[in-house]
Amino acid sequence: MAILEGKKAIIIGDRDGVPGPAIAECVQTAGAEVVFSSTECFV
Amino acid sequence: MNSVIKGASYILAHTPDMVFYNGTTQTTEKIVNPESEYLKEVPNNLRTYEQAMKYWPNQTYIGNVHPEELAEVEFPWYDKNKEDADRYGKYGEIMPQEEFLLLVQASDMFDVVKLEKGFVAAHKEAFAADPIISEDIVARVQEGVELSEIEHFVNEEHAEGLYHDAKLVGCVKRAHDIDANLSAHVMHENLMSKATSVLALLYAVRNAGISKEDVEYVVDCAEEACGDMNQRGGGNFAKAAAEVAGLSNATGSDARGFCAAPTHAVIEAAALVKSGAYKCVVVTSGGCTAKLGMNGKDHLKKGLPILEDCLGGFAVVITENDGESAEIDLDMLGRHTVGTGSAPQAVIGSLVTSSLDKHGMKITDIDKYSPEMQNPDITKPAGAGDVPLANYKMIGALAVKRGELEKKDLATFPAQHGLTGWAPTQGHIPSGVPYIGFAAEDIKAGKIKNAMIIGKGSLFLGRMTNLFDGVSFVMHANTGAEEAQAGVSEEEVKGLIAKAMKDFAETLMAAE
Repeated sequence: MAILEGKKAIIIGDRDGVPGPAIAECVQTAGAEVVFSSTECFV
Repeated sequence: MNSVIKGASYILAHTPDMVFYNGTTQTTEKIVNPESEYLKEVPNNLRTYEQAMKYWPNQTYIGNVHPEELAEVEFPWYDKNKEDADRYGKYGEIMPQEEFLLLVQASDMFDVVKLEKGFVAAHKEAFAADPIISEDIVARVQEGVELSEIEHFVNEEHAEGLYHDAKLVGCVKRAHDIDANLSAHVMHENLMSKATSVLALLYAVRNAGISKEDVEYVVDCAEEACGDMNQRGGGNFAKAAAEVAGLSNATGSDARGFCAAPTHAVIEAAALVKSGAYKCVVVTSGGCTAKLGMNGKDHLKKGLPILEDCLGGFAVVITENDGESAEIDLDMLGRHTVGTGSAPQAVIGSLVTSSLDKHGMKITDIDKYSPEMQNPDITKPAGAGDVPLANYKMIGALAVKRGELEKKDLATFPAQHGLTGWAPTQGHIPSGVPYIGFAAEDIKAGKIKNAMIIGKGSLFLGRMTNLFDGVSFVMHANTGAEEAQAGVSEEEVKGLIAKAMKDFAETLMAAE
């Protein structure tokens, strides 16, 4: 997961897939900084 | 005893002109890019009534095609017609735009809807010929006004135009000069929701085999808000629609919760009946004009016609246990709580497995799951994927994780325990509830033993919270007969007491 180390992440999660906060938890663990995170409804 | 699903209705109103004039994708484009190619192309890519009526997913929605039959139709569906399609289905109908506009006018209590005289004259007979439209509703249709009067309201008085075949045929006037909550735009949106709800209520009463007078309470679960500047979401759509539908013994209220609202409302209605508060409650909802043509840009880009051209509606009649209809088990509810969190495992766990665990059941013990039932013909070309399938993959993955499903069986889980989506992308309309009608019938017929209905809501869209929401309930075969067998009747209690007294008297006499 070194590819995310020190990177800034913009996260758009999917309500019927993986929501934003869950992705944020993961990318933070991998060393990225979350600059924006939201969950969207695509239907 | 649990309350039961006595009947359900599903209706569509084909409103192609509202796609262009009222769908937010198109109205937004008119503001930000009024000369766009997309706007020019929209009118050329709307479906005719015949095309929309013969569309396989629409025929499924009104009950002429079982979801299992739809799953057998080669995908995509937009380029295929169901040849023996019918306007009417066992759950409802697909009403043409011209007749629907008359129903809208009949549903208007404040004289804000004006239709052109010639338009009314041309379509009133067809409207009256619809078997579900009662005489009292036909009698509410006014003669109409001159086109010049309508043009005046649209051009000078901020009225919202009503169009048919791209011609101005009527308008919805504003209901107040300065109150934004009673503007023509809001009145239009709310009246369309109300009129589709009225149609759903009429079919629900018919399908349940009850009389209009039997309905004691109505819960509206749409996503619109009615009120004035002092109470923007005051309501009450439920009672307003019940009035037009002729449910004279009913009162009601509105339940809101984005797309999860219908499932919340069914649970609330089932609880109201089980508690004894009311004997017969109807959950109803009309459609949403804003979402018409929501994915239109992507559809046109991919060479599809605009598929989001119908307003949807549904209603579910919930009554006391009749000993035969499918039950709503209030002991098997799932709910996403404030503390649940957003990890997919936690979300599915709260909605699906929490109620199963309570009864020692496995995920595979539920025959059919009905989460978001959006039609993939609409969502896949727009990049949103197959939403029901995404939900089934999540549920199946959790089953594997819990050791209840072999990993090799994950691929067949969606077909075995799921359904292909068929509902229009009208927000709350596809959320869990489209399957209630089929599920109630299949359970009663012994084809399946149970089904879980799951409603999900995107609360974050209201910018009051970042939270998501969802609730679920389980429908299963009627257990009324078993409960009657297991229980002790009043007669039996009387018999036991009489025997005890007789025995006691005998011991007294023996003692003497």
